[in-house]
Amino acid sequence: MAAAPGVTERYFTRWYKPDVKGNLCEDHCILQHSNRICVITLAEAHPLLQNGKTIKSINYQISANCSRLQNKVSGKSKRGAQFLTELAPLCRISCSDGEEYTIYSCIRGRLMEVNENILDNPTILQEKVRIFAYIEFFLIFIPALYHGLIF
Amino acid sequence: MFALTEKNRSIAQLLLNTGTCPRCVFRFCCVGLQASYRHPYKRIRLENMEEGAEDLNQNGALQQIPVTDDANVAMEISTPKVCNVCLGILQEFCEIDFVKKVSDLFLKQGLSLAKEDIVQLKETYKWIIHPLFSEELGVPADGKSLFEVSVVFAHPETDEDCHFLATVCPDCFKPAKNKQSVFTRMAIIKALEKIKEEDFRKHFPYPPSSPKNICAALEIQCTNGAIFVAGRYNKYSRNLPQTPWIIDGERKLESSVEELISEHLMTAFKADSFNFSSSGREDVDVRTLGSGRPFAIELVNPHRIHFTAMEMKELQQKINNSSDKIKVRDLQLVTREAIGHMKEGEEEKTKTYSALIWTDKAIQKEDIAVLDDMEELKIDQKTPLRVLHRRPLAVRSRVIHTMKSEYIDDHHFRLHLKTQAGTYIKEFVHGDFGRTKPNIGFLLKRTADILELDVESVDVDWPPTLND
Repeated sequence: MAAAPGVTERYFTRWYKPDVKGNLCEDHCILQHSNRICVITLAEAHPLLQNGKTIKSINYQISANCSRLQNKVSGKSKRGAQFLTELAPLCRISCSDGEEYTIYSCIRGRLMEVNENILDNPTILQEKVRIFAYIEFFLIFIPALYHGLIF
Repeated sequence: MFALTEKNRSIAQLLLNTGTCPRCVFRFCCVGLQASYRHPYKRIRLENMEEGAEDLNQNGALQQIPVTDDANVAMEISTPKVCNVCLGILQEFCEIDFVKKVSDLFLKQGLSLAKEDIVQLKETYKWIIHPLFSEELGVPADGKSLFEVSVVFAHPETDEDCHFLATVCPDCFKPAKNKQSVFTRMAIIKALEKIKEEDFRKHFPYPPSSPKNICAALEIQCTNGAIFVAGRYNKYSRNLPQTPWIIDGERKLESSVEELISEHLMTAFKADSFNFSSSGREDVDVRTLGSGRPFAIELVNPHRIHFTAMEMKELQQKINNSSDKIKVRDLQLVTREAIGHMKEGEEEKTKTYSALIWTDKAIQKEDIAVLDDMEELKIDQKTPLRVLHRRPLAVRSRVIHTMKSEYIDDHHFRLHLKTQAGTYIKEFVHGDFGRTKPNIGFLLKRTADILELDVESVDVDWPPTLND
């Protein structure tokens, strides 16, 4: 479920990181709220959002020791959040055609929350894109710095 | 000595003539000097400064002032009759005979009266000085009054005397962020209870040596107890924050609800500062309609404290005339305890709203009618993104009690809702990236956005409604 376009335009600034990790067209879009919280999403050009792609599964377990689902924050200052660097993987998505894509953080910060709705219903990721030209968010966190982002 | 004023003379005369005892006459003349009442009641005389001694009334009190129990005055008093106001309570029942009777009663019961503790310095000081202030100012000294006079005494010579306790009982003296000195009263008391007598004697002379100088009265401060003004406010602007919006010293939006209301109150009550609180609050772009939202303002150290109901009404009118962005009603003075009612409302009471909603896919009247049938709809709201930077991440369960939709056109409708306190309405409409479930978009199988929000009512029945 995406938020209405009005909401994103009203409260968020869009930043783009094209060709993440050197992979052509794997563009990410970062929605930065005026309170500095960011929502990581995929940009239109990303292969996952192209016609014909069906998502088979989404995995937040990015390594043996690290699952983004285990991220637990507490208190106002969000203690316990996992640290993220620009190239920290957030999740891995497998498609029915065998292709696998990794979504990256793109910015340095601390992970607050991941979108668990898409685990049950991966298609929401792709649903709204044709209508609103942006897509479902992946996760949110508070950034410390921005590197190589294009406005 | 206290003299009856011109204004009171006629009151005193009337009362004496109709059978009121002198002490009650004092009460009605607002005599605040307690000592005046302690003169033996049979001997109290009231003098009339201009006319000299006048004829007696049946109460036996001469109309003479100043008050004196001088038995050498010419006129003698006949036995006073029973006072028609106090019925004798301030007469016979203040006499030593009655006191003896009551004392015998509880002494017989074997109740112990002796106080075992050493009398506190502060208490003794107050015993001596209160009557002196009373005499000087002509008003009773009340230990529990809101008018506070504070005197700080300093004695640099002996300031460090207690520091040895820190070396003997270090764990009693932990530095904390807000404390200026680690040697607080509580810490010292704790250390004195802990320390062994021998250790104490090792470090401190017993008995204490004579100081070279007297202590000094460093600071004398008089403050009036805070006054609380309550009311309800309406907000008609979609560009007005409740409290001043200042980031890095720069004001982002002009004025605020709080300032528009308190500006006039501060002037009228001549207070040093204020604290504004309300039963919940609304966003900058949300209007508050209906009977408004309850609020209370604490006016700190007011220099003017007496206001009649009429004057409060005028003050209310003044505030309402000064701005079209807000309006106040039911403006009244309340006690500190009453504030509890307001805060209780914030968490427990319901609120009703009116929202203007947009949908992406076209809607027909039937599509939105489904909302009308929903009652007690349970929703789960994760902390909205827009406040997540200053609130903990959590899920809040809330109830939407009722909804009523109003079709406008194929992409717009108005929704009236009644919800539990603490519900984020905007997020319920647009879903906040699916973090509020269910949401209007989900319920209508579309994408929805909120264009306008108004608070229709805050269902708290405080402060009491005044008939304007």
